[in-house]
Order: sequence, then C-alpha cells, then structure tokens
Amino acid sequence: MTAIVKDREFAHADHSDAGKTPLGFWIYLMSDCVLFASIFAGFVVLRDNLNGGPAGRELFDLSFVAVETGLLLVSSLTYGMAMIAANAGNLRTVFVWLALTFLCGFGFVSMEVHEFGKLIAEGAGPDRSGFLSGFFTLVGTHGLHVTSGLVWMGVMFVQLALRGLTAVNRTRLLLLSLFWHFLDIVWIGVFSIVYLMGAA
Amino acid sequence: MNESFLFGKLTLDAIPFHEPIIMGAVGGMVLAGLAVVGALTYFKAWKLLWDEWLTSVDHKKIGIMYIILALVMLLRGFADALMMRSQQAIASAGAAGYLPPEHFDQVFTAHGVIMIFFMAMPFVIGLMNIVMPLQIGARDVAFPYLNSLSFWLTAAGAMLVNISLAIGEFAHAGWLAYPPLSELPFSPGVGVDYYIWALQISGIGTLLTGVNFITTILKMRAPGMKLMHMPIFTWTTLCANMLIVAAFPILTVTLAMLGLDRYFGMHFFTHDGGGNPMMYVNLIWAWGHPEVYILVIPCFGIYSEVVATFSGKSLFGYKSMVYATMCITVLSFIVWLHHFFTMGSGAKVNAFFGITTMIISIPTGVKIFNWLFTMYRGRVRLEVPVLWTIGFIITFAIGGMTGVLMAVPPADFVLHNSLFLIAHFHNAIIGGVVFGVMAGFSYWFPKATGFKLDPFLGKVSFWSWFIGFYIAFMPIYALGLMGMTRRLAHVDNPVWHAYLIVAAVGAVIIGVGIAATVLQVVLSIVRRDKLKDTTGDPWNGRTLEWATSSPPAFYNFANVPVVKGIDAFWTMKQEGKAPKLEPSYAKIHMPKNTGTGFIIGILSIGLGFALTWHIWWMAAGAFLAMVGMTIWHSFDEHRDWFVPSETVARTEALHFGVKAPEVVQ
Repeated sequence: MTAIVKDREFAHADHSDAGKTPLGFWIYLMSDCVLFASIFAGFVVLRDNLNGGPAGRELFDLSFVAVETGLLLVSSLTYGMAMIAANAGNLRTVFVWLALTFLCGFGFVSMEVHEFGKLIAEGAGPDRSGFLSGFFTLVGTHGLHVTSGLVWMGVMFVQLALRGLTAVNRTRLLLLSLFWHFLDIVWIGVFSIVYLMGAA
Repeated sequence: MNESFLFGKLTLDAIPFHEPIIMGAVGGMVLAGLAVVGALTYFKAWKLLWDEWLTSVDHKKIGIMYIILALVMLLRGFADALMMRSQQAIASAGAAGYLPPEHFDQVFTAHGVIMIFFMAMPFVIGLMNIVMPLQIGARDVAFPYLNSLSFWLTAAGAMLVNISLAIGEFAHAGWLAYPPLSELPFSPGVGVDYYIWALQISGIGTLLTGVNFITTILKMRAPGMKLMHMPIFTWTTLCANMLIVAAFPILTVTLAMLGLDRYFGMHFFTHDGGGNPMMYVNLIWAWGHPEVYILVIPCFGIYSEVVATFSGKSLFGYKSMVYATMCITVLSFIVWLHHFFTMGSGAKVNAFFGITTMIISIPTGVKIFNWLFTMYRGRVRLEVPVLWTIGFIITFAIGGMTGVLMAVPPADFVLHNSLFLIAHFHNAIIGGVVFGVMAGFSYWFPKATGFKLDPFLGKVSFWSWFIGFYIAFMPIYALGLMGMTRRLAHVDNPVWHAYLIVAAVGAVIIGVGIAATVLQVVLSIVRRDKLKDTTGDPWNGRTLEWATSSPPAFYNFANVPVVKGIDAFWTMKQEGKAPKLEPSYAKIHMPKNTGTGFIIGILSIGLGFALTWHIWWMAAGAFLAMVGMTIWHSFDEHRDWFVPSETVARTEALHFGVKAPEVVQ
C-alpha cells in the first residue's frame, strides 16, 4: 500500500459539488443571522428613544402586519411545494409554485413599501427618532433581503426555463429555499419583537 | 453644500493642490503607477497580466497578490507612522511642527486603518490562501471564483483609501471613527464617507473569504486527514475564519448605521434625536476585539509550524495547542468591553470583562510553553523564520503582561487613552502579527515562488525591527505612565521631548528593517537561480505543503496524498513514501479563470467613490452593473475543465527531472 492513492478514487474530491455549496451557503446564512442579530440589538437599545415622536402603539396597524406575515408564511409553504415538485422532477409544477411564491413575496414587499410610505407621510420617518431609525433599518433590511430573494427567483425562472432541472439548478433551488425560509424565521423575530411587543 | 447632478459634491477644489506633502505623495503614487503601466507595455505583459493574474482563480496566485497589496500598503502605513513620530518629536519642544492638526488627525486615522485593514488583514489572508489548501492536500479552495472576488473587493477598498489622498480627504476621526465626532455635524467632509465605503467593500470581501475557507477546511481535506490531523496553521485558519464569519457582519451593521446617520439623517449614534453614541462603541468593539484575534491566531499557527520544522521535532502538545486556540476563539467574543471600562458600565460589568480578559492569558500561556518545550532539546536551526519566532515569544510576553495590567479596571481608568495603551497594542500587534507574517513570509516564500529569500538581509530586517521596536515603544510606555495621551499633534512639555526623540529614532530603525525587506525581495528575485529550491522541501518540512514542487503546479498535487496522522509529509519521508515520479497520471478536474471578480472589484471602486461624493447616477449605475455581472456570471456553468493526463505527466517530469534527469527520457 503506497501513501499515494490514484486520483481516480478521489476524482471528485476537488471540484465536484459534494455538498460544498450548501455548506458554504449555510455558513453565509449564519453570518446573515449575526447581521440581523446586531440590528435587532440596535433596535432594542433604541426602542424607547422616542425623542418626543410617536411610539409603536400609535403607529402599528397589527391587522395590516398580520396580513403581511401571512403572505410571507404562505410563501414559505408554496416554496416548500416547489421543492417537492422539483424533487419529483416536475418542472411545470415547480413553475406554478414558484410563481405563487413570487407573488406572495412581491405582495409582502409592496405592503411594506406602502407602510413605510404611510409612516413617512405621517411625519414618522427614519430621521424622526432613534426608535424609528432602528425600526426602518431592521424592517427595511429584511425587506431588502426579500427583494433580493425576488430578483434571485426571477433569475431562477429564466435558468429553469433555459436548462430545466439540472443538477446546478437543483442546488440553486435548494439554496434559494434555504434563504427564503431563513427570511421567514427572521420575520417571525421582527413580528414578535417589533410589532407585537411594540404595539402592546 | 451645493451638489451638482453630474458630479455630486465633487469639485476641482477637492484636490489639495496647496498641500505640498500630499501632492508629493500623490505625485509619487502617480509616477509609480505610470512606471508600472510603462513596464507592462514595454514588456508586452498586458495579456500575461490579465490571463495569469487578474483573472486567476488559483489560490496561490491570489495569495501572492494579497501579499503584494499588503506590502505596498505597509509602505504607506509606515510613511504615516514616520510622519507622526517626527511631528511629535519636533512639536514637543514648543515648535509647531510641520503637520497642521487636521492633517495630523488624518495621518493617525489613515495609519490605523491601513495597517489593520489593508496591511495585516491582506497579509494574513494571503498566507492562508497560499498555504492552507496545500496543507490539507486540496487542489484549490471550495469556491475559487469567490476567492478571486474577495481579493478584488479588498483591493478596491485599499484603492479607495489611496484615492482619498488625492481627491478630497480621509477621515480624521480615529481608526474606529467614534461618533459623535464621525457624525455629519462634526465631520461634514467626505473623509468619513471614504472610510465607511472602503471598509464596507473590503469587509464583504473578508466575509466571503471566511465562508470560503471554512467550507474548504471542512469539506476538502485529503483522504484520511481527520480534524485532529490538521496542521496547526490550518487549525488557526479555521478558527480565524470562524471569527470572521461571526464578527464581520457586526462591523457591516455598525458602519451601515453610521452611514444611515450621515446620509439619511437617522439617529443611531447622534447625541440628539434619541441616538446613543455608546452603542457604536459597544458594537464596533464587539467586532473589533475578535478582529484582533482574527489577525493574531493565524500568526500563532505560523509560529507553531516554524518552531516544529526548525526544531526537527513534532510540535509539543499538539492537542493542547488546538484546544487553546479554540478557547481563545470563544473567549475573544466576551472581552470587548475592556476597550472602554471608563464608559461607566458599573463595577460588576467591568469586573466581569476584566476577569474574562485575564483568562485569555491562560490559553495564550499554554501556547508559549508549547513553543518553548518544542524547542527544548530540539536541534533548533536559527534560520530567519526562527529569529522572528523567538523575537515574538519575548516581545509578545511583554505585550501580554501590559495587557493583563490594563485588564484591571482601576488601572485602566488611569491608563485609558494614554500612550501606555498605544505602546501595549503596538507591542502585541507588531510583536504578534507583524513578526508572525514576516516569519510566514520568509518560511513560505520559497514554496510560493520557487526560490528562497536572501538570508542576510532577512536577518538585517529582523534585527532592525526587533531593536527598533523596543527603542520606539519603550519610551512610549514611559510617556503613557507620565500622563501623555494619544493622538496629540503638539505638546508643550520639555520633559517628554527626549522620549519622543528616542521614539522617532526607533521608528527610523524599523524603517531600515522595512527597507531591508524590500531590498531582500528585489535582490532575491535577481539572484533567484542561486537561491532556487529544486526539491520543494527547502526546510526539511513536516506538513503537506512541502510534499509538492516549489512553486506547486497549478493543480497542487498530481496525486492527492493520503494522510494517517499529524506531520503527514514527515511520516511519508520517514517511511520512504514521499511522492515520486509515477509512470502515469490521471486527468485532473480544475476551475477555469474568470474576469468577473476583477470587473466587480473595479465597479465597486466606482460605487464607493460615487457614494462618497453623492454622485447618485454613478452609484446606481455601478451597483446595477455589479448585480448584472453577478447574474451574468451565474449563467456560465462551464467553469471547470480537465487537465489532460499528458500535461500532468509532463509537469511532474519537469519537477522530478531536476533530481533524476534520466526519468524525463
């Protein structure tokens, strides 16, 4: 037995995927988690610094936010269905579920933009107080993440249409799904800490 | 300030024509740039540069580019250091000196930012790039394109800092840009904006490196290499990159919040409007303290490799070294408050952070004893890397002791913001990080290039740094105890004058060390045939990076080695199973080069510049182009190729041919 083994046995020890991409993406997601944790911390520190401006309970419309939350949670479900369809190799169904996911996500972002616009029009913009700076930054960062997820989904549509359910596309679908569910979990934190605790 | 649509805040007044020092430096940079462009054109090397370097995804070439960046930025950061030392030496006897206060403030800010972000970080990451994949027997990193992107984003950040010298100004709020000073009312210029975007862009590059290297180490080790078989440098690389992934997002958030305050009038860190400046200080150090360990932990790894190799022994206490590194990694996250004991968090909080800080000295002490016991009864060869290592052990022990001293909160109340602190962290960073990267530089230089560095000039460099450090910083310790605070452009105390002159002399001696290194590199390139490393194993090494040729073929290993324990290559040599020329080779799967990383890096310079100067159309254009490039790149799925077995056979014959020319026939 020599100390060197012929490369053939490890032909894919170098540049095949071998689970590297999902692991790398998980590590990126954890760094994103630290990013959100820092913004959460900043928000919590500043939440009572109203500077004479409005507090959360005067601003938040919980039923509006509940619909937003519902849209995002449903979009996670539809994405899950898209993944099931992808595993079954059914491209057409993948498109249907992805399209529904996209619509829910788009609806969520639109509602958020609407809420932001309303707050700014009421004079409760991000420059009003430390609390509102923290609020807009935390919710806005999540919204930007969802928006980039939507852009990614748009690219995904094209790549799926061009190349079908190839190995590369399956991996990318998986990564986008991780990203999408991650944003859902972050939103649950936002909903609880910003809106529920803020409106109480 | 009036802003035009086309140029934002930018006008011709932004170029400091009236500052002879700055214009001289800018002129020098422009001339150097023109010289490089001229040389490239003269030698018709543009295509070579593009094909072999700018678009390269080879971790060894990316590592070399990181180190070139670090050395260039070292020269700039050191020029700032000389300016500070000479200004204080002149301006401490009643004279005004030659630097006006606003310029002095930019100089010390730029010095800190450059030395940490654009000298130490690229140097450490460059060494990781060159060495770590070789040590684990991999052919590349997990995400080669991402690696190229990381480098070009780092280089883009460094370019923004250099552009700030010529156009506008750099920040003058200290290397961590504490608010409220860094807020818009007190820093209305573009300096802090340059600072924010330079750090954000390079910070993203660093984060991507973290993701990349952790994945590489966890997924791409040679068959048989368990975690507890990894060389210590690989272990320390893993720990440092875990710190990067956990800490750099905090920096991103902190700087983003500062940016939101400045660009959108938000109130994160302002005094009015419900902001909280102390939150900035907490956040920035929650990143900043781990950052110190991101720099020094890999250097601990370098010392471990050097000590074991040049003592001809296995490292003493391998497992304790691994556990000590892990302890430091975890502890580094629970000490950040010791940077601002005087904030007034109360006795109990200060006591907690004081104690955790002192606890860090325990695993560090374990390491020191491991290195000493490795050398004990070893046949230590006093080569240049060993000199740096011994210099480190002595110097770092002193720096550690002054650190533990300041970890006592009541003592810190006296020493806070004094020159004693300055001397302490230079003691730890020069003694720990600079000596470490210099040790690694001379140790792995033959591996990366194929020839050794001239040892005499290496010794000159070491002794200049070592002696210069003590002459420069011991007086600064003393000045701190006498009550001199940091960042003074001008003092009027005749007693301090002599100490400041001695410190300036020390800085000049360090300058001799840096000049010796530059000369050493130039001279070694000239004499590369004489210094050639034909074996691939110039130091009688123990780990896998020495099991392949110097410089390694782009695929690193023709056959992936199989590992059975620590010191894998040493074991192979003992068993007579070191790699030799094989009759045939299999084809090898490798990534293709791509220019995407380089192009995105260039675009990010445009983005940072445009955001700094409020040129919104250009910022939007650059950002969209970056997103577009990323999407375009995602459509390219033919990112790899197979190296034909004949090419492998030919390359290997060339490597072994030097030893056994008859085999080539």
